[in-house]
Amino acid sequence: MLRTDRLDAYYGLFQALFGFTFEVRPGETVALIGSNGAGKSTLLRSIVGSVRTRPDGVLLDGRPVGGDPERKQLDRGIALVPEGRRLFPSLTVRENLQLAMRNGRKGPWTVERLMKEFPVMEAFQHRPATALSGGQQQLVALSRALVCNPDYLLCDEISLGLSPVAVNEVYQLLGRARRDGLAVVLVEQNVKRALSESDRFYCIQKGRVVLQGSSEHADHAQVAQAYFGI
Amino acid sequence: MQALIETIAGGLMLGALYALFGLGLSLSLGVMKMINIAHGDLIVLGAYLCSTVMQLLGIGPFVSLLAVIPMMFVIGYGLQRVLLNRVVGRGALSPLLLTFGLSIVLQNILQEVYTADTRSLQAGEFALQGFDLGGVSIGLLPLVSTVISVAIFAGTSWLIGHSHLGRQARAVADDPGTARLVGVNDRNFFALVTGFVLAVIALASVMYGIRTPFSPTAGPERLLYSFEAVVLGGLGNVWGTFVGGLIIGVAQLLGAKVSSGLGPFFGHLVFLVALLARPQGLFGKGSR
Repeated sequence: MLRTDRLDAYYGLFQALFGFTFEVRPGETVALIGSNGAGKSTLLRSIVGSVRTRPDGVLLDGRPVGGDPERKQLDRGIALVPEGRRLFPSLTVRENLQLAMRNGRKGPWTVERLMKEFPVMEAFQHRPATALSGGQQQLVALSRALVCNPDYLLCDEISLGLSPVAVNEVYQLLGRARRDGLAVVLVEQNVKRALSESDRFYCIQKGRVVLQGSSEHADHAQVAQAYFGI
Repeated sequence: MQALIETIAGGLMLGALYALFGLGLSLSLGVMKMINIAHGDLIVLGAYLCSTVMQLLGIGPFVSLLAVIPMMFVIGYGLQRVLLNRVVGRGALSPLLLTFGLSIVLQNILQEVYTADTRSLQAGEFALQGFDLGGVSIGLLPLVSTVISVAIFAGTSWLIGHSHLGRQARAVADDPGTARLVGVNDRNFFALVTGFVLAVIALASVMYGIRTPFSPTAGPERLLYSFEAVVLGGLGNVWGTFVGGLIIGVAQLLGAKVSSGLGPFFGHLVFLVALLARPQGLFGKGSR
């Protein structure tokens, strides 16, 4: 189980998270819902070690792992798909995946398997990654995290700015990963989508959890209220 | 005519050596966005280390490389880990200031240990040998150093394009934060790059020390030639650095032909004119 315990996080002097406690169990999908600047990205970045935290602020199966560098979290099975895809423009599609696979853990997700499942990716494998369309790039970004064979996949705004068709494709791949037993933390602007794709949700406002529960029985009025903070 | 061809051939071979000096600068600039002002002094340090190893073991300059290359690699790795990593990624100014200081410290240490006298590396007969190619005489030593330079450039360019190390290098250069997300240990990787840079410097400094006498204060001039090669070729372009080095080398020898003291001046002049015409360098991508 991946869990944060009364986590505080700062950007310089600005405090982005206040005593944030949340958890993801193996194999479950958790959605984080909240407006811009609520602290969702900060939370994901603190978990993987891009933002400094105290060691016991992040716990993996009860062990304190907070503040360790990204590569250590990757070895432990926590991978982040960063907001804005962030593919390497100097690397081809294949190289983007190869680099991650070599540094990640061994497992069922391989470059070859993903290439086979997504003919688009195979067709463009020798092109610079940023020559692809936004939707294709997002598939590559998601694949780049998957080939590290994580147990916990943290997805930051993976549907932002994509066409509805592309969004569906991205969620299809994510669905595949979930059926494989990966736990997913989903940051998603589209509240309806976030609730339909997840088992549980947390509403975040100004760095604090204001509402949480089962996604299936979520009261949309309550969620909207928590989202807008009215 | 014969003399002109000979001068140009000599210039190309001298340029290949300058290019080898520039390769390290080009790499640290490309991967770490860092300009190492102490680069020239490290070249001189390599030459002195070689001289010391030769004296202690009574061996020739080329055999001494077996010891000097690993020594320089370790120095580079340690330097990056202990000192330079503190300023990487903090803008352009901090690395400039730090390595400027390092340059002064190195020059003074070299003067303290080796005095201000000039030295050169004795390669015996080998340094003087040459052969005749269709009436143009070519020195064996310049030719060997040219072949080594081309081989190092080809090897480096292959590594960057086709190896895991090269993929890491390009990823870190593109976006260090995201490179860390896919498991790249950037601090350690930077140290490896600087280790490699100093290993290449070791090679270049031996060729240089056989050709030209050196003193503890010869570093800044070496830095200038290296830097001209890098900027002329276009930042972040490995083969561009090679061509840049060749141009500076040819310009210097042609200039020296005009008047023996004017060699470096002509090199700088060509650099200046080329830069006015193409500020992004010959093979640069232009302003982004």
